Amino acid sequence: MAELDQTPVAGNGLLDRRIFLKAGVAGGAALLTAQAGGVEREAWMKMPGAPMSDNGVPSAHESHVKRLAVSSQPGTTGTGVSRTPLEFLDGLITPSRLHFERHHSGIPDINPDDHRLVIHGMVERPLSFSLEALARYPIKSRIQFLECSGNSGGLIAPEPLQQSCGVLHGLVAASEWGGVPLSVLLDEAGVKPGAKWIIADGADAAMMSRSVPLAKVMDDAIVALYQNGERLRPGNGYPMRLFLPGWEGNACVKWLRTIKVMDQPAMTKDETSKYSDLNEEGIARLFTFPMGVKSIITNPSHGFTMGPAGPYQVSGIAWSGSGKIRRVEVSADGGSSWADAALDEHVLSRCLTRFRSAWRWDGGPAVIMSRATDDAGNVQPTRSAVLEGRANGAFYHYNGIQAWAVSAVGEVTNVYA
Amino acid sequence: MSMRNALLLVCLGAIGTGAALADDSPGLGQELTATELAAVDFTIMPDGDGLPAGAGNAVTGRDIYNQNCLACHGENGTGGVNDVLSGGHGSLAGPKPLKTVGSYWPYATTIFDYLRRAMPFQMPGSLSNDDIYAVTAYLLFVNDIIAEDAEIDAESLPQVKMPNRDNFVWGYTPE
Repeated sequence: MAELDQTPVAGNGLLDRRIFLKAGVAGGAALLTAQAGGVEREAWMKMPGAPMSDNGVPSAHESHVKRLAVSSQPGTTGTGVSRTPLEFLDGLITPSRLHFERHHSGIPDINPDDHRLVIHGMVERPLSFSLEALARYPIKSRIQFLECSGNSGGLIAPEPLQQSCGVLHGLVAASEWGGVPLSVLLDEAGVKPGAKWIIADGADAAMMSRSVPLAKVMDDAIVALYQNGERLRPGNGYPMRLFLPGWEGNACVKWLRTIKVMDQPAMTKDETSKYSDLNEEGIARLFTFPMGVKSIITNPSHGFTMGPAGPYQVSGIAWSGSGKIRRVEVSADGGSSWADAALDEHVLSRCLTRFRSAWRWDGGPAVIMSRATDDAGNVQPTRSAVLEGRANGAFYHYNGIQAWAVSAVGEVTNVYA
Repeated sequence: MSMRNALLLVCLGAIGTGAALADDSPGLGQELTATELAAVDFTIMPDGDGLPAGAGNAVTGRDIYNQNCLACHGENGTGGVNDVLSGGHGSLAGPKPLKTVGSYWPYATTIFDYLRRAMPFQMPGSLSNDDIYAVTAYLLFVNDIIAEDAEIDAESLPQVKMPNRDNFVWGYTPE
């Protein structure tokens, strides 16, 4: 490591990202204690281990890694959210058991033998598909993020909420979604001229309903049957859900039951009274589907305590509803100067992208932040730019730059910078 | 090709209704009868398309509301533990916007649509269409949009212009 240049490339100790390409950031900290050869066995090495099992579970030592801030609206059980614990994760795929959930009337217990997807409306032939039938179609894989439009909404609070990264930003996850292109099913039904929208309904007790432009549906929508290789989890739409790459999660209707092809949107409760964006002049925008370019440092983040001064890896996730992440910059001096982060090998369109920076923390106060740019040239805005012109309380589609403060004793907190 | 698949292709060819199936589509959709279709079609459009027969007014709607909705949404749609349904008129451009059915929702048809889908929360599907029209009328009445004795049905509901209708723009426009 001695030959690696550890001269800072940006303020307050940010190091060249090429360190990652060479040998990792540990540098001089890679101190492996020398052991005498072949005499020591830990307790678990002195007897055979646990037997085979038919279902995998995480290590008991990781039992604290669970969905966060699980809550439901008053008077309900199952109308609420649970969040992805981003601060405990690395890589780009979110384990299915930790994928955030947002339900509007609980998780239906659907018997797949009794469930059908019906396509009707402006089509030549209304059609019904069983799960067994859909599973016989060619399955397309999409390794992409899913983000609730309300993610990070707590960042509009006048004072920074002292909550963890996952509590603040955990309504996002990435999975391999496998499913049947909806265009194939619509072609089979025969879309009539003049059709411009679909209305998608779910089979939950609230019969969630959203209108989606036909152009998007024909471009890349799938009826997802698989999540990370297995059939969908009940909380994510078993046995089938709509998946719209890069678009707000609410429109990706779970427990998909009907698709009605129409020439206009239905103006459902969720696309008018809820997932619409009010500005300070009292004008609201409907149908703001794509999720903006965004990044968050997940490690270190709120609630972490730094060790001794020295080299650290700063790691996080970046994504954009418009395409691939082209660049992530990291600052350690509150945005005065920036250095490019290294992106992990897998940079996929509309997927979480893992970034890493090397930072030599000098043991003093610092403010760290990240800023993403996508391949369409969109740059992640500051918090104040996002809030400019918004109505008080308008929290959907928040993608502002997140700052974490590191104190002189190494405590990490949420700050506005 | 198995016998079954061969048979399937013959059948599809016999239907011959125009749309060419993509080469990689097995074409397994089952056609539906009109009755089967009507059973699963809950969509109601802003022009009233999809609204069922039935009618109600705010007088009967108040009783149904008080029995089924008040516990979560409060008296007259205000002050419950869940969404506030009335009031807030004129607040949207101010410092504390209050989005209610009356102050924010652009289309009256959405009220019927949502009530029929999802409410009452603990027992969706338990209200008759007459009941749902009546509660819809009640919510319009407590928001000062219609008179207490106004009959709401498939004809009159789409003609109710919500006060905030013209304050919406589209973030997406189809080509």
